[in-house]
Amino acid sequence: MGSPRVGILAIQGDVEAHAAAVRGVGAIPVRVLREKDLDGLAALILPGGESTTITKGMDRLGLWQPLAEFANGGRPILGTCAGAILMAREVEHHPVQTLSLIDVTARRNAYGTQVDSFAAQVDPGGADRLSGFRCVFIRAPQLRRPGPEVEVLARVAGEAVLVQQGRCLAATFHPELSEDRRVHRLLLELAD
Amino acid sequence: MQDQNNGNGEARTGAQAFEIKVGLAEMLKGGVIMDVTTPDQAKLAEDSGAAAVMALERVPSDIRKDGGVARMCAIEIIEGIQRSVSIPVMAKVRIGHFSEAQVLESLGVDFIDESEVLTPADDAHHIDKAPFRSPFVCGARDLGEALRRIGEGAAMIRTKGEAGSGNIVEAVRHLRQVIGDIRTLAAARGDEIFARAKELRAPVDLVRYVAEHGALPVPNFAAGGIATPADAALCMSLGAEAVFVGSGIFKSEDPAARARSVVHATTHWREPGEVLNASRGLGAAMEGIELETLAESERLANRGW
Repeated sequence: MGSPRVGILAIQGDVEAHAAAVRGVGAIPVRVLREKDLDGLAALILPGGESTTITKGMDRLGLWQPLAEFANGGRPILGTCAGAILMAREVEHHPVQTLSLIDVTARRNAYGTQVDSFAAQVDPGGADRLSGFRCVFIRAPQLRRPGPEVEVLARVAGEAVLVQQGRCLAATFHPELSEDRRVHRLLLELAD
Repeated sequence: MQDQNNGNGEARTGAQAFEIKVGLAEMLKGGVIMDVTTPDQAKLAEDSGAAAVMALERVPSDIRKDGGVARMCAIEIIEGIQRSVSIPVMAKVRIGHFSEAQVLESLGVDFIDESEVLTPADDAHHIDKAPFRSPFVCGARDLGEALRRIGEGAAMIRTKGEAGSGNIVEAVRHLRQVIGDIRTLAAARGDEIFARAKELRAPVDLVRYVAEHGALPVPNFAAGGIATPADAALCMSLGAEAVFVGSGIFKSEDPAARARSVVHATTHWREPGEVLNASRGLGAAMEGIELETLAESERLANRGW
C-alpha cells in the first residue's frame, strides 16, 4: 500500500501550510473542492481561514452533506481554528452553520482582534504525547462546554485548545504553522 | 523596560511576533479583501464571502476624482465597520505616518495598509513596522521594494497596481516583475547574493532567504485595478496568493453579484469553466482608465521609496 492521501478543504485559507505538514508526516495532500475529491482519502483537514468565507463556499459547492457522510463513515477529520468552528455543535458570537461533529460550543474571535493573537505552550497535565507543544493562536476561537464524549487533549491557560470526539479532532490553534508535526501525526494514526 | 505580553503567552517581540503577524496573512490566502466605506457595504462583502474588508472613507477611484489630501479613515467609520462584521478589518495609513498607525493599532485594527493610495506623509521614510503588534501590508512594484518593506517589518506584500483605475495592466506588470525577480534570484550562485542585494537595494539576509526558498518570507497578494472575476483569476494564475478589490466592487452596477463572483473566481481560478460561471450576469463593471492618459504625477504607484 502506498502513502495515505489526506484531503484539505481548499475553499479559502492556509491550505498550503497544511499541505506542507501533510507531506511532513509522509502522506500525500489532496485539494478538496468537490464531493468526488473525497474518494480514497484516509483523512480530511478543514484548514484555518475565515469561517464565513469557507461556509459560504460550502453552501455554493453543496459540500455539507458529503462532509457529514465522510465523518459518519468513520474517516478522521482535523479542523484548525476556522476548521474547528465548522466542527462544533454550536457557535456563539457571529454564528455560522457547522457540521456539528464535536459536542462543544465555539466562541469566535474569543481572544479579540489580531493585536490579541499570541503563541503559548500547552499547559502541563494534558495528553503526554503533546507535552510542550507550542501553539500559535490567530484571532482564535475558544471551545466551551465540552459534552461527556469530548476528550480535552490539550489546554492553554486552562482553555481547551485541542479536543477529540471519536475520530474528529478540533484545534483552536494552528499546528500547521509550526514545524511540530505531532497533531498531524495524530490525525494519521486515527485513520489506521 | 518589559516587553508587552498578553498574560498567558510569550513576549511579543522579534521572530515570534513576526510569525504571529504573518499567521494572519496566511489565513487570508485564497481569499478576497474588499474596500468598503460603510457598515452596510462591509456586511455585503462578508455575506458575499470576502475574507476581510478594508475600511476607508472613499474608494481609490473617488480619491482620484476628488483630489486633495487623502488621509487615514475617520475613526467612527472604522468602528462602525468593526461592529458590523466578524471577518478581519483592515485600514490604510499614509506612507511614513506612524502616528496614524499607532491610532489604528490602539483601535485593534487587524491589518494596517501603509498605502500609496493615501497622500504620503514622509517623502523619505516608511514606517518602522516591526515594533507594532498590528501586522502591516505594503505595496511593491518589484522584489527590491518588497524586501525593503519586509525589512521594515511588513507581514504581507501586495502589488501596487494602479489603484482606482479599473485597469489590471499595472498589477500584472508588478506581479510578473516580483515573481520574475524571485526566479532570477533563486538561480543565483551563493557568492552573488551580495551584489544582488546591492542592486535590489534590499537587506542581504532577506535576499539570501529568497534565493534559498524561491519565495518571499511573507504572503504575496495582488491589488490595484482588479475589476472582474477573470482579473482575479489572472492574478492568482500569475502567482498571487489572494486578491484585494478596491473600487471594482462598489463602483460596479451590481456590487453583490460582482462581490460573490470575484470570490468564486478566486477560489476556482484553476478551473476556467468556473470562472466562466462566475462571469455571467454581472451587469457593467466599473468604468476604467486607460493608463496612457494618466500623467506620471497622477500615478499612485510612483509613491513610496
